[in-house]
Amino acid sequence: MRRETVLQTHDLSMRFGGVVANDRVNFALKAGELRCLIGPNGAGKSTFFKCLTGQLKPSEGRVLIRDLDTTGAEPHAVAGLGVGIKTQVPNVFDALSVEENIWLAARRWLDAPRAKAATAETVERVRLGDIRRRPVGTLAHGQRQWVELGMVVAARPWLVLLDEPAAGMTEEETAFTADIIREINRTASLIIVEHDMAFVRALADIVTVFHRGAILIEGSMDAVSADPTVREVYLGHKH
Amino acid sequence: MSRAAEDRWLIALAVLGVVTMVGAPQVLQLFTIINLTTAIGLALLGLSLGLIWGYGGILCFGQTAFFGAGAYTYAVAAQNWGDTTGAIVAAVLAAAAVAAALGYFMFWGRISDVYLGVTTLTVTLIFFNLLRRTSGPDYRIGRALLGGFNGTAAPPLRLPWDDRVILSPQAMFYVASGVLLLAFFGCVALVRSRFGRVCVAIRENETRAELLGYDSRLYKLGLFSIGGGLAGLAGVLVANGIGRVTPDLFNLSYAAQAIIWVIVGGRGTLIGPVLGAFGVFWLTSWLGTQSYFNSNMVLGLVLILFVLLLPRGVVPALVELATRRRRGALGRAERLRARRPKAGPRRALQPAE
Repeated sequence: MRRETVLQTHDLSMRFGGVVANDRVNFALKAGELRCLIGPNGAGKSTFFKCLTGQLKPSEGRVLIRDLDTTGAEPHAVAGLGVGIKTQVPNVFDALSVEENIWLAARRWLDAPRAKAATAETVERVRLGDIRRRPVGTLAHGQRQWVELGMVVAARPWLVLLDEPAAGMTEEETAFTADIIREINRTASLIIVEHDMAFVRALADIVTVFHRGAILIEGSMDAVSADPTVREVYLGHKH
Repeated sequence: MSRAAEDRWLIALAVLGVVTMVGAPQVLQLFTIINLTTAIGLALLGLSLGLIWGYGGILCFGQTAFFGAGAYTYAVAAQNWGDTTGAIVAAVLAAAAVAAALGYFMFWGRISDVYLGVTTLTVTLIFFNLLRRTSGPDYRIGRALLGGFNGTAAPPLRLPWDDRVILSPQAMFYVASGVLLLAFFGCVALVRSRFGRVCVAIRENETRAELLGYDSRLYKLGLFSIGGGLAGLAGVLVANGIGRVTPDLFNLSYAAQAIIWVIVGGRGTLIGPVLGAFGVFWLTSWLGTQSYFNSNMVLGLVLILFVLLLPRGVVPALVELATRRRRGALGRAERLRARRPKAGPRRALQPAE
């Protein structure tokens, strides 16, 4: 069966003044896929990510989600297509409780009783049941990340974009985060920007390596790790 | 504060409000009642700013633009139509429309908080200066002369079903109190609704709210327009209390006072701005009766003291104090329980004698 392409970019470029952050990126994601974007700092992953979510308007090129042109659309419009987004910096409602945070995500798309049920279910799923009434601002870093993942999950998205979901987590926390992501992948396609190589290796079937604003190579983690250029620009330093 | 505790407070407040509304005209002098009516109008202005600033994070420095627009619309419409009920409706709608038009440009232009404050303040000062220049017979809307510096008469309220009957000052007090009570509990319902909760979320983190799929511009515009409508209603009450509308309704003094009421009373609460408005009104009246201190200097001092000592305002500070007391009492009870000897099983082994 040929799988449908759910997200693609055509010759996407993003320039900040004279700095070229993304240079004619052609990218495609198939339904059900879990794709990791890796690359050294400044490779243009996060800029690319922001162009996908509508936080940045690309200088040139197009973004298509399913068959809709979303180039330069507002973030709420992108989210409105059923796309769940988690940004690099934990973006949560600090003064509000865990429950309220997740309810706000659920209530956007569900009616009141279903949103309530989805909130209760999601709070348990990200294991924050004991502290559901605590303001998110008082929680530890890892827990805040899970609150944000919970917000992504509660809206029942079919496409999920995550920017560094495991950043700053302990090994144990990372493992639990990977579990949550695998569960999301059962019903949604994912794009994950990530630095943590062990995390990427544990999760992704195919990775896309960014280098100097463009895609260097795409393939399985093993194939990518074996590539001499990749080893030189990125993995070489680490492994 | 938990939802149940909040509900208890609200019920107590409703009872207190109704008792004051019914009781005050029986015990107070006519002069005080008329003064209180104006104070109630100002409290409503404070409430409207408390709603949009405290719950939407929109620092509007020119809430008086809508306040004055409401007052002027009421005065002009009532002079022309004779009927005052329609004039009230027109005033609220006009004030909300001014807020909506201004809000559209500010929120769709995505200007930042500081610029929003400056823009709104500028708008109210433009109204102020514009209306000061409307003296002379050329500046008239229908039968109503705008009157420039001196303003124009605000006809007193009449019965909706019989416009020959003018409301007495007592009746006007009932109307004003009733309006404030309804507006207050309407705002409580609003901030507890889905709309209100989303507005709070946008105040907390606009990016996150947008990434969840909420169009923050639309919510802010909605809240801003509701706040504008309430400020317009406040303008109607104050116009009735004073009996005239003048360009002063738009001036810096009212604009700044509204901010002070919210800061003193407590941002992020609805009762705070209302109490702040009453408190400052009472303080200014009292200061007006003596001649030792300049009243503006005292008000400035009060504001400075609040910003330094109680930056979150009276009501949040009191709530925190009460919560801490209760927690403290619970903690003491727990410690006592822990100190009490445990009634566990006695030691089975007795020392050999």
